[in-house]
Amino acid sequence: MRPFLVGQFGNASSIHQEGQQARSAVEQARARVARFLGCRPSEIVFTSGGTESDNLAVFGSAAAGDHVICSSVEHHAVLHAVKRLGERGVEVEFLPVNGLGVVSAEDVRRALRPNTRLVSVMMANNETGVLQPVAEIGRIAREAGVRFHVDAVQAAGKVAIEVDAIGCDLLSISGHKMHGPQGTGALFVRSRTRLEPLFAGGAHERQRRAGTENVAGIVGLGKAAEGAMEGLCSGAGERMGVLRDRLETGLLEFASGVNGGQTARVPNTSNLWFESLDGEALVIGLDLKGLAVSSGAACSSGASEPSHVLEAMGLPVERARASLRFSLHRQTSAEEIERTIELVSIQVAKLRELSAVTQ
Amino acid sequence: MTIAVAMSGGVDSSTVAAMLKAEGHELVGLTMQLWNQRRLADKDGMPEQVQGRCCSIDDVYDARRVAETLAIPYYVVNHQERFERDVIRPFVDEYLAGRTPIPCSLCNNHLKFDQLLLTARQIGAEQIATGHYARNEYDPQRGRWILKRPADASKDQTYFLFGLTQEQLSRTLFPLGGFTKPEVRELAHQYGLALANKPDSQEICFIPGGDYKRFIDAYLEEQGEAVPDTAGELVSVGGQSRGKHDGVHHFTVGQRKGLGVASPTPLYVIAIDHDRKQVTVGAEQELMRNSLRARRLNWISIAGLQGEMRAQVKIRHRHEPAWATLRQSGEDEVEVRFDEPVRAVTPGQAAVFYGGDEVIGGGWIV
Repeated sequence: MRPFLVGQFGNASSIHQEGQQARSAVEQARARVARFLGCRPSEIVFTSGGTESDNLAVFGSAAAGDHVICSSVEHHAVLHAVKRLGERGVEVEFLPVNGLGVVSAEDVRRALRPNTRLVSVMMANNETGVLQPVAEIGRIAREAGVRFHVDAVQAAGKVAIEVDAIGCDLLSISGHKMHGPQGTGALFVRSRTRLEPLFAGGAHERQRRAGTENVAGIVGLGKAAEGAMEGLCSGAGERMGVLRDRLETGLLEFASGVNGGQTARVPNTSNLWFESLDGEALVIGLDLKGLAVSSGAACSSGASEPSHVLEAMGLPVERARASLRFSLHRQTSAEEIERTIELVSIQVAKLRELSAVTQ
Repeated sequence: MTIAVAMSGGVDSSTVAAMLKAEGHELVGLTMQLWNQRRLADKDGMPEQVQGRCCSIDDVYDARRVAETLAIPYYVVNHQERFERDVIRPFVDEYLAGRTPIPCSLCNNHLKFDQLLLTARQIGAEQIATGHYARNEYDPQRGRWILKRPADASKDQTYFLFGLTQEQLSRTLFPLGGFTKPEVRELAHQYGLALANKPDSQEICFIPGGDYKRFIDAYLEEQGEAVPDTAGELVSVGGQSRGKHDGVHHFTVGQRKGLGVASPTPLYVIAIDHDRKQVTVGAEQELMRNSLRARRLNWISIAGLQGEMRAQVKIRHRHEPAWATLRQSGEDEVEVRFDEPVRAVTPGQAAVFYGGDEVIGGGWIV
């Protein structure tokens, strides 16, 4: 990335040599991302991140009179985009999930209508890590001739992604979820898929995404995709899984359960609940001790909001409020896991003691 | 020991943070997200764009910047549900019942000095500091925490703090109690706070523009509840009809404007009878009262009332305390007999009892 941040400012769309160098770097990154997803480089559109990829897929696919289906546990980048389509005359449908947070492929089949234009289901949930049956849904969508978008932002780098094995037409990834730079992302767009661009402007990205390329960011994303693929090939997923399982075993000594724990998940995410504790206070208390965890989503002020994902799973609001998300990455060490278990156990004990004296 | 500073993004609480930091305390800044100002924005008559109000993104931004400047950890905590349950809903219900509530006291009792203090303790801070103009200190002789009026009498906020328990007072710091507002602004300048000249907030924080009637209507509409029909008659003190009114919650005792009655002499709301949907109007002298009763009491400088007690009593925030005698008149009820009649005793407001600079206690006027 560095050359394109400190000296090489050529516009990748320009004729001059500096521009050509930038173009070459962008295309190299495109090839890397394509290899990562198992598609052709010409099927990769670079974006500003997962949100833009999701928005391009959703808004680019449907118009008034169409029918769009998505799950109720999608990331807000899909969920809110689909809701907005609903305000613009598109028929929208949000499929429920079971208690583990899994959407049923059969529900997708039943929801299909003659005017269904798009099905959008995430590969892995960002709060619980729960994997959705995307390959099965892909088969159903293909048989019905309906376009299928997969938000794979949370899955990328944790499990292998093959767009043909999934059978999707569109697939979103984000750079920062796999050690790449923030503000970078890509959308896989299967050849001959008509997509209405979000932006009016130049003919960049095969007329799918107008705007001068973020060359440094794209190079970083390409590198991140390459690193993620190498990691997966050398067993990073299994290693994360072992550490995550150790984390859960350790935490379950005093945690009350794993949300979505009884189904297939990506190996780096763990959503635990601590009965009768205030998740927000736990997050802050742990942060002050140097451990960064999350609860729910953040609203515009930065306060946490109740999780729509746990709510869709039918969990009581008290349990959602008492839930915390732990995320690992491929460099997380066994020592960090043990330290985490210790910090959380101290903090939880403190909160339980306090709630005993203040009640 | 870590202190949690309740930061609103205003000058006062920001200066508190800067003062305590300069004194070398370990701090954590907390802002409570209490109400979403956009929630009722699409309802009839509600202003669309609200800037610089409590819980607005602008104020959180200001508080966050102060925390960054001071290099202290800072978090926004979501207490919206609690605020709606313990402040908004009672506020609406009180008005509908013909009383005039004080949401600031409810917020102090249930949010700032209860929920926020709990949050502070949960994250490892045993005390909270706020930007209130008040003083508190422990009196070993009486074995009690005492709440006292601040140096700046014009900013005195003790009226809103009468509900604090001994436990809450023992865990609270009011670092501004010894300063005047101009001194605090000067301090804010000295500490290099960019918001030193930010204007004071005035109205009720969740009611932009101060139109509480529209707020109540909009809130009930959002809740899918019909606005109760409390329209009825305006009557004179003698009981004669003076016209119609469109709902008791549009009135407050002592109100003069907007009565919709033509009269050669100024008319005031004297009393509101919710059950009969009657609003009594009359001349100013009919607002004068010799006594009141207050319930749901909280005592601060004393453990409880023994027999009779002389005190100065404040019956609204902007009220010069009036001499009176307190006497227990029932379970958790005090009768206050004033030496001289006081104007516009308003049910729903607080009666706060003072002994010199000290807050003896207080209760809610019935």
